[in-house]
Amino acid sequence: MIKALQALALFCALTLSAPALAQDSTAETPADEAAQAAPAEMGPIQTLLQQHAADLAKPSRRTIQPVIDALAGSGLEGMQQVLQVWEAREMYQRESDGWFFKGEKGPDRTIILTDFDSGEALEPVPSGEVDNLKPNSGVRGLIASALVRFQLLDPNAARRQDALTAISRNPDASHLEPLAASIDEEPSPALKAQKQRLLTLLTISFGADEDARIAAIESVAGDLNVDTRATLNPLVATTLKAAEGEPTGNIARTLRPGSEELPRNAAYDMAAAAADLPARIEPSDRRNALQANIADGAVGGVPLSELNTIEARERAYAALVEAGTVAPAPTEAEIDAALARFTFYEEYAEPSPFVTEAANAALRSIDTKVGLNTTLDLGLDALSLASIYFLAAIGLAITFGVMGVINMAHGEFIMMGAYTGYVVQQMIPNHTVSIIVAIPLAFAVTFAAGVAMERLVIRWLYNRPLETLLATFGISIALQQLAKNIFGTQARPLTAPGWLDGQWQINEIVGISMIRVAIFVLAIVFLLFFLFLMKKTRLGLETRAVTQNPRMAASMGINPGRVNMLTFGLGSGIAGIAGVAIGLYAKVTSELGADYIVQSFMTVVVGGVGNIWGTLLGAGMIGSLQKGIEWLNPSNTLAAQTYMIIFIIIFIQFRPRGIIALKGRAAGD
Amino acid sequence: MKNRSFIARNPSILVFLACLGLFTVAVTIASEGFGLGLISTSFVKTLGKTLCLCLVAVAMDLIWGYCGILSLGHFAFFGLGGYMIGMWLMYERTRLIVTESMAAQQIPPTPQEVIDSIGTQIFGVVGSSEFPLIWSFAHSLTLQLILVVAVPGLLALVFGWLAFRSRVTGVYLSILTQAMTLALALYLFQNDSGLRGNNGLSGLQNLPGVTASQDVVSIWFLWASALALGLGYLLAAFVVSGKFGSVIRGIRDNEARVRFLGYSVETYKLAMFTLTACIAGIAGALYYPQAGIINPAEIAPIASIYLAVWVAIGGRGRLYGAVIGAALVSLVSTYFTGGQAPDIPLGFYTISWVDWWTVLLGLTFVLVTLFAPKGIGGLFDLVTARLPSNRHGADYGPDAGAKREEEGQ
Amino acid sequence: MTAFKKTAASVLALGLTAGAASAQEVSCPIKVGVLHSLSGTMAISETTLKETMEMLVASQNEAGGLLGCDLEAVVVDPASDWPLFAEKARELLTVHEVDVIFGNWTSVSRKSVLPVIEELNGLLFYPVQYEGEESSKNVFYTGAAPNQQAIPATDYYLEELGVEKFALLGTDYVYPRTTNNILESYLKDKGIPAEDIFVNYTPFGHSDWSKIVSDVVALGADGKKVGVISTINGDANIGFYKELAAQGISAEDIPVVAFSVGEEELAGLDTSNLVGHLAAWNYFMSADTEANADFISKWHAFIGSEDRVTNDPMEAHYIGFNMWVNAATEAGTTDVDAVRTAMWGQEFPNLTGGTAVMGVNHHLSKPVLIGEIRADGQFDIISETDPVPGDAWTDFLPESAVLTSDWKDLECGMYNTETSTCVQIESNY
Repeated sequence: MIKALQALALFCALTLSAPALAQDSTAETPADEAAQAAPAEMGPIQTLLQQHAADLAKPSRRTIQPVIDALAGSGLEGMQQVLQVWEAREMYQRESDGWFFKGEKGPDRTIILTDFDSGEALEPVPSGEVDNLKPNSGVRGLIASALVRFQLLDPNAARRQDALTAISRNPDASHLEPLAASIDEEPSPALKAQKQRLLTLLTISFGADEDARIAAIESVAGDLNVDTRATLNPLVATTLKAAEGEPTGNIARTLRPGSEELPRNAAYDMAAAAADLPARIEPSDRRNALQANIADGAVGGVPLSELNTIEARERAYAALVEAGTVAPAPTEAEIDAALARFTFYEEYAEPSPFVTEAANAALRSIDTKVGLNTTLDLGLDALSLASIYFLAAIGLAITFGVMGVINMAHGEFIMMGAYTGYVVQQMIPNHTVSIIVAIPLAFAVTFAAGVAMERLVIRWLYNRPLETLLATFGISIALQQLAKNIFGTQARPLTAPGWLDGQWQINEIVGISMIRVAIFVLAIVFLLFFLFLMKKTRLGLETRAVTQNPRMAASMGINPGRVNMLTFGLGSGIAGIAGVAIGLYAKVTSELGADYIVQSFMTVVVGGVGNIWGTLLGAGMIGSLQKGIEWLNPSNTLAAQTYMIIFIIIFIQFRPRGIIALKGRAAGD
Repeated sequence: MKNRSFIARNPSILVFLACLGLFTVAVTIASEGFGLGLISTSFVKTLGKTLCLCLVAVAMDLIWGYCGILSLGHFAFFGLGGYMIGMWLMYERTRLIVTESMAAQQIPPTPQEVIDSIGTQIFGVVGSSEFPLIWSFAHSLTLQLILVVAVPGLLALVFGWLAFRSRVTGVYLSILTQAMTLALALYLFQNDSGLRGNNGLSGLQNLPGVTASQDVVSIWFLWASALALGLGYLLAAFVVSGKFGSVIRGIRDNEARVRFLGYSVETYKLAMFTLTACIAGIAGALYYPQAGIINPAEIAPIASIYLAVWVAIGGRGRLYGAVIGAALVSLVSTYFTGGQAPDIPLGFYTISWVDWWTVLLGLTFVLVTLFAPKGIGGLFDLVTARLPSNRHGADYGPDAGAKREEEGQ
Repeated sequence: MTAFKKTAASVLALGLTAGAASAQEVSCPIKVGVLHSLSGTMAISETTLKETMEMLVASQNEAGGLLGCDLEAVVVDPASDWPLFAEKARELLTVHEVDVIFGNWTSVSRKSVLPVIEELNGLLFYPVQYEGEESSKNVFYTGAAPNQQAIPATDYYLEELGVEKFALLGTDYVYPRTTNNILESYLKDKGIPAEDIFVNYTPFGHSDWSKIVSDVVALGADGKKVGVISTINGDANIGFYKELAAQGISAEDIPVVAFSVGEEELAGLDTSNLVGHLAAWNYFMSADTEANADFISKWHAFIGSEDRVTNDPMEAHYIGFNMWVNAATEAGTTDVDAVRTAMWGQEFPNLTGGTAVMGVNHHLSKPVLIGEIRADGQFDIISETDPVPGDAWTDFLPESAVLTSDWKDLECGMYNTETSTCVQIESNY
């Protein structure tokens, strides 16, 4: 089928070079018939397109290449535009006659069609009368690749960039020459640099001259870009082969059968396939062979009822072999002999040993750097995760750490903050402004909620900490369900402003999304704010006093009730702001808070209660620990969380009061 | 006899056992399997499960109400018990099916083939066919029944030993137990744990080799659950009476004083923690064959918190309080979240119980904590006119005072 | 009066078509059980399906009901609690005595309900794409089996996008586990070596995706085209797609095809950075057919909002419900065994064009669509296959390849073709 299409395409390409012949090509599709009915109006581009009408309408990456070659190779003026229109999914086919046009959406569900040959716009037609052609991204990649030769010298810099992107996505030997030719004329220095880089990569893959290739390989040593490695790695890709006697070719290494890389059975299977030796018999094969040779309730003289052991089956099989009904299995000695006869080796796909050696050297230098940078990247991820935990836990560090109040509804305050952000964004469409409004508003809302909760509930339970836990849990489930009733169970969008999109790319490997950087900054700000508040302000002083000895503080003229209320409000308010940040980077659902509550408690407990630096250390430890375990076991994130919790449980055994434990009287009980 | 005097000292036990017995007989008579068919089988199952929840609530009351340890992880033990019995149920039922289907083959299977085939059946759904190591005893009912008690007990022993040894107390211990159950749930969620990950073990209500219909089986389980609850209640009552119980309550009220009196506080706590874990395991082993499926979501931290909620609403520090709390809250919750409760139209807004029940439950809980720390059980004090004597301003509850005077009588 | 006439007329009609056998009584109203979570974590997805069922029942009643009776939807809430599903199913069948149940979303909940449905000989229509490896006598699977979603999507990757290296990312539960297992085996058959398949599982609601996405990008280092097959479920997708957008991964470089992301899930996202990423379903809201336009306008009218989207499981319920109505009409009764027999070979037009056919293995034959995400949160349909019959037991796992399901002739849902024996008639859950 593919061959036939290729032949057809070749034929078409031939007919194109002699346009006069085109009229003679036998057309069978109705579209072509229609086209022939009005030959006078059909320009050369339309004629060519009609020849490939069926493929154009339903393209597949597997079969479309000849058509693209035919179009691109036609030499017709305007073909670049046709291909660009096709790639951009702006090509339409008129249902009545099968003609192809560039189309644009007009008013009232109409499409404005433009003829490719004349460039004239036609009357708008209802969208029902035309089909929009939607080549899939595989086909579009091929079109882009074919467009490269037109676009490399395009006056429009964006088109030239498109061409370079296309080359880097689908590097092809045919790009090498036009790219090399286009470098000198490139006016933009940025694009020129890109072109040179791509040329180096293309030379490595497709260059004809071995020395030039080796030079190119050496020039990219230490380059961190993924596509550099993507270029080098295929050069050193190997295939495992088995050969009798000395192997020839560019050998990477030889393998010993029976080693971990090449198990004995696998090696024998390879040898057996190569030299037509008898295949090994698996237990299931043996069973099937027995099944096929049942005679008179027995196989090979062994009654069926006895065949429920391996030994009996082997006996029966041996009897069958003796009778000549089935093929004998190779004995261990035969397998050994076969393995001894063969050499098992890995062969490079690249024939030149000098190129593979240079590539290996370059890759080694790259790998070292990549390893270093990946570690750095992992460190950044851990830092980011730590800052998220810290942000989620800091409010808790105040209420739990400073006041000794367990607030199970802390997670719900985070959720309230996130929903506040969502509501604000519904009212203020500008994302930047809405975030600026949302942050103080979230603080206000959760501060108020926190104060209300303190006054109404927690105040009465100060000397019953376990019951605070349960009462706040009641509030937690009520708030969660309330959020579900109001906002529904569907996740709500909270979109970050444009300047927080994308990521901060330090180099090709190390990078972190802007939103995480923002969260990190926010965490730092809160840390500083908290330190300032506690050490430098009147409220901080009073809070510390109340924490250490409420009665003494009261007798010094401090109102412990007021201080408790404000401290609790503050902790809740910070949770609200954390909610906005977490909502921006993840999602806003009613369960958002519940996802963080246990981790937050862990952070505070591990860090040590009553000390903000402890919380910071706790968050840092949990964050890096989790990333570390993830790195050790990359395919299972859940395991990382499990082991992290187990680690924390064990850690608490050794430091029951956390990393930074309060000493002396402040330690309380 | 000693036992008699113990019951004589606690007349509430007899009342409770009589109520339980009456209840069981009444349900049996009204059931579809044995009687009039007034109660549907699904409701019989709900009642049977509720009895199991009452049992685990008794365990929770022992550890929290009497020993003062607010464990937020007892559903982990409950779930483990369910998993242990579930393994045998699944293995045995699958083995029967596999043997039957393999008997039709001309060549009889080898023992290994049978085991492989059972493995494929059980684990095929999670894309595996190998038996993990933890299924080593699944072929034997006796061994798995021992594990129902042994596994939760061992986990509690190890965890408790670590925690009590380093004197983790109060809120910290609560959070730590919560972390334990979360870790266990996360671990079981993984396929690598060998217990079918998120899918858990299912089809547990079909007892291998039993052809009786669920109408009958549900009553069997109701009886078994009632028996277990009765025995568990007796055991719990026995434990908290006498000298051992006094020490336990002493630990709740002031750990340091008990330690200075020369008692090994850690040993007492550890014994209680392990004992309650074993009771929870048994409750779970009876619960999940009635529920039909167990999966890791069952032991998520929230379940254990709800357990604490039941006990608190029912009334801590009295065993019948825990039973009342568990039965009432779980049954009422089932009623309201089941969608049968009629909606209340307010004109401008219709209150749908499915949506608002949880809110109401949460708020009720806050109110109970604030205004009725004795829970529903406190009402019995009013009925029996056992009004509290003057406590000299001391507080209720295990932390700051409890009912020292009453218990000291 | 008119109701009486109508009933009389249909009884008469019944008598004429079914002859004397029509003595089987149909007790009015006919009850349709709806077993979808209205609270808990799954409410997010399942509430929509409950509403769909209410709409279908209402419109069937407008069209004259069924067998001369009105239909009545009996809605219960299993609250995303898997054991509760079994309890509620029992309640529906024994207390409410429903004739059919439409329900469930997660595989766990289905496995929980299975024994009850089989024990009480109920009838369940399950509308969600799932991992296969199951065929129950009492369940009709109107969602996609792996060969109706995962395998065609993988083929599309291999053939159309030229992907040579696969990252299988999934939420850690049964559907992704089994699907990825099948896909791994399938890819190996297609000559993709094991080291070119990267598998990762994350918990429900996972939000910290930066490392995983970086890992996927790094897979491209050996010069092979990387594609992601995502079975990530629910909320976790939001963080995942946000991270993809943040790292600037375009669909041209590393395409992502998702099996659990539809219109409903994208509603919570800004999709402008995700244009071109893929999803495979049997239905997309953007399908340009009259039936679909009709369905959408009915849905919008019923729900009272133009913003609500439609999705694949809704279509599955739509097809399943209509097939059940037709089968019951043909059988002249709602008796489960009679309806089951009438269901085999039942045909009903898809919303996306073509006709769905119910096979004897209780799976539908449906076309597979692949769509690219558009900036407006809808999908561009870029590939549509011929109808694919759903395969209960996958051909790509050795132990399942020998199994087949045929309730009509073999009367077995798990039939071993190698040994010619029925492994089991009741499901072993």
